[in-house]
This record gives sequence, C-alpha cells and structure tokens, in this order.
Amino acid sequence: MDEKKDTPGLVREFLDGAAGIAGSYAATLTHLFRKPITEQYPDYKRPMPPRARGRIILTRSPDGKERCVACYLCSGVCPVNCISMQSEEGPDGRRRAAWFRINFARCIYCGLCEEACPTLAIQLTPEFAFCKDAIEDFVYEKEDLLVTHGGKDPDYDFYAHAGVAAGAPKGEHLGEDEPVDVKSILP
Amino acid sequence: MTDILAGVLVMLVRMAVVLAVVFGLAAYMILLERKLLGRFQVRYGPNRVGPFGLLQPIADGLKMLLKEDIIPDGVDRRIFLVAPAIVAGAALFAFAVVPFGPTFTLFGKRITQVVTDTDVGLLVIFGLSSLAVYGVALGGWTSDNKYSLLGGIRGAAQMISYELALGLSLVPVAMMARSLNLTAIVDAQATLPFALTQPLAFAIFVISALAETNRIPFDLPEAENELQAGYHTEYSGMRFALFFVGEYVNMILLGSITAVFFLGGWHGPVLPPIVWLAVKVLAVPVFLIWTRASLPRLRYDQLMAVGWKCLVPLGLLNILVTGAILTAGL
Ligand code: SF4
Ligand code: SF4
Repeated sequence: MDEKKDTPGLVREFLDGAAGIAGSYAATLTHLFRKPITEQYPDYKRPMPPRARGRIILTRSPDGKERCVACYLCSGVCPVNCISMQSEEGPDGRRRAAWFRINFARCIYCGLCEEACPTLAIQLTPEFAFCKDAIEDFVYEKEDLLVTHGGKDPDYDFYAHAGVAAGAPKGEHLGEDEPVDVKSILP
Repeated sequence: MTDILAGVLVMLVRMAVVLAVVFGLAAYMILLERKLLGRFQVRYGPNRVGPFGLLQPIADGLKMLLKEDIIPDGVDRRIFLVAPAIVAGAALFAFAVVPFGPTFTLFGKRITQVVTDTDVGLLVIFGLSSLAVYGVALGGWTSDNKYSLLGGIRGAAQMISYELALGLSLVPVAMMARSLNLTAIVDAQATLPFALTQPLAFAIFVISALAETNRIPFDLPEAENELQAGYHTEYSGMRFALFFVGEYVNMILLGSITAVFFLGGWHGPVLPPIVWLAVKVLAVPVFLIWTRASLPRLRYDQLMAVGWKCLVPLGLLNILVTGAILTAGL
C-alpha cells in the first residue's frame, strides 16, 4: 500500500497545523501587551475636522442679518425631505424664511443642502453628539438653527454681491458693472 | 450527638464557602473574559462601572434580573424552565467532590477540604458533566425554534463524542493513581504532575474538555453566525443568565479538575497549597479565553472527525501503553 508514501505528508500536515495554531496564539499574545487603540470617548473627544458633517446651523452675514433667502433649494435637494420652510418678505425688503424647520431625526448628514445653498446660509457643523429622549425633540425650528456668526465663511455677504434693491442699488454690488443705459446702445 | 452536629456544621460551612467562592469567581470570570478578550483585540473591555470596571458584574446581574423574562408561545413550559437550571446545577454539583487542599486536623478531628470526600469522585464528575448535556439539548429542543433545535442536537452529538475521549484520557490517570478518589489522585502527583508524565492524555483531556464546555473553537451549539445563539436563542433575562452562569462555573470547574487530574492540585514548591491551587485553577480559564481570542470555530464534520478519528484512537492507545508500562513495573 502507499501508506508509507503518505506518512511524511501526514507528518508535515500535522506540523503545519500545529504551527498554524501556535501562530495564532502567538499573534493574540503579542496583542495582549500592546496599548489599546481605543479612544475613551466621553473623556477624550477626538478633534473633528472643520468640515465634518454634523448638526446643521443657519448662519448670518457680517452685518448680522439672516443669510437665508428662503429659496427652497436646500429643501428641494434634501434626499430625505427633512427641511421645510415658508418664505416671506421682511421689513427691509429682503426675502427670508417665515419659519424654517429641520427634522434631525431624518437628516442623514449628507451635506447636500449646504452645497445647494446660494447664500452659504445653511451649514453643517462638526457637532455630532446631540441625543434626545423624545424623537420629537429632534425637530429644530428656525430659532434653534439660527446662530449669531457666519460659520465657515464669516466674511461672506450675499447681498454685497447680488440681490436687487434690498442690498444695494443696481450696479453697486461688488464686482458688478454699471447697468447699461439701453438708450445708449440703440442703433 | 455532638459529633453529628459538628459534622453537619463543618459540612454546611464547606458548602457555603465553596458556593460563595464559585459564584463570586463566576461573576468575575465574565469580567475577566471581557477584559482579556478586549486586550487580545487591542481594546480596553468594560471600564466604565466602578474603578477599572470592577463593578460591572453587579451591573450585569442587576440588568439580567430586571429584564423581562419571555417564555415564547409553543414551548413546553416545564422543560423550558428547567433546562437552564440543569446546566448551572450540574456544574455546581460537581464542586462537591473537588478537593481544595490537603486534609488537616482541627481539635483532634480529621477535616478534609472537600465537600464530600467520596471514593468515586472521578465517576461523579463524569456523571454530572454528562447531565449538563440535557440542559443544552432540552433547552434547544423545547424552544420550538429550528435554530435552537439544531444547536441542541449539535450540543448533544458533540458532548457524547467528546465525553468518550475525555473518559479515555482520564483512565491512565486513574491507573497511575490507583484510585478514583480525587484527593488520592492529587496526592499521587506530589512529586510530578500527570501533565508531565502523561502528556498525551493531558492533550486529549484539554481538547475534549474544551469541547465539553462548548467554547470556541468548539462552540457549535451556540454558533452565533449560523444559529443566532443556538440552544439559548429563545431565552431571556435571568434564565438566559443561568446558562451563562453554568458556562462560567463550568470553566472554573474545568480549571479545578484539570488542576486535580493533571497539574498536581495544591502541590507545588514554596507557596502555600491554596495559592498553588488558585493559580492552577485560574490558569485554565485564562487559557480558554486566550483560545477564544485565537482560534476560529471548527466545522461540524471536522469536530466529529477530530473526536472519533483522532482523539478516541489516541486515547485507547495511550491506555494500552500506560497499562503495559505499569504491568512491566516501571
Ligand atoms: S444634510 Fe442632507 S439630509 Fe440633512 S438636511 Fe441637509 S440635505 Fe437633508
Ligand atoms: S438653500 Fe440656503 S438660502 Fe435657500 S432656503 Fe436653504 S438655507 Fe435658505
């Protein structure tokens, strides 16, 4: 029989197996003496990158006025439809949101609203840990969302660049040409 | 009369001490396992409750007590309720015959440090460890859940086959000690532990004992990834905890019987006997936890092949060789 021929194979197989088992024991043993890589979360909070996508805020321009012009773009782009609002015209002639509501229980923190916003009003902040006992408490109203600063773009003022009449008269925005006098270009 | 009273008193004290020590150990064994497993995986393990997480077992116990105890529709209530108790009970009973130290004399009376110093201790341990299978098999069978049933079947098949190898590995020990009394077996190892004189038996014993405790790499009855939780899928609350108490008491029991059968019990140089015994008893669970961190789970057919084709023949061979050597008078 070829029993004899098999024997070295068997022995090698046995040794291979034993080495494999010993190797895994050795690997775990070396791990035992390593320093754990765990971050002790509540005691140590890892500094988040400034563009991390967490809780959403509504920022203000440098002059302290609301940036949001209630254009519905963020609401339209939001994949989970968690932004809703109603527009109105303020006393200074600027459009603004009569009310503005984000349901954070539904938000997936994709950041699309921030990308869509023409006025840089809506911004995501690195704050990610805000837990609630009741799910209704995740519905944030405009007062909860509005902050007093300009977020990531503190110097940007939408109305200095665009916006008819409410910000500056025609032709007086930054980088804007004088309005063309149509009579001057008649043939 | 006073003799009987004193006897009963000593017996009660022994039982209380053993029970308290075993339960305390079992509770902290869970913490030890979680901590060690954490470190093996380069993380901390529980460290929030109390200093270094030392109060975690109390928190766990409270949680388990307060959890709702769900008994699903369609289970056989009586068996369902009894199954976890069988597992925990069988493990606890076995401590009755485990000796914790040498016999000493107090007030002119011979006092053994074992709850019952019976001459068939080895057989008692075997009987009880086979009883534990019923807890697993019945728990799985009565749960009215196919995964539990599969877990229970696996548990039964696995324990039956490894019981055999376990028994065969202990026969040489009994042959060399010329007794089934656990105290006598320990005393037979006063010079050299059987782990050194019977290395093959020791290896077979360790492997089959691993299988008997249903722990990785032999945790097929539980097998989270295939069977959810196997035989205890349907259990919750304190009943679920009882299965785990059983498992951890079993680990300690395994440590004790390994120490008694192969590591020389309380014998050892320099240190007092009880320290030696504690070191040996705790070394085995630590090894089990280390194993859990290191090895993957075997497949069912591999498990059976190792048991029947490898361990049982080797065990038989070992008995023959030991017998030959003993009769040759070496
Ligand atoms: S981050 Fe995404 S999901 Fe959340 S409000 Fe903005 S668009 Fe909607
Ligand atoms: S996209 Fe910007 S400006 Fe428009 S409604 Fe949303 S937050 Fe307001």
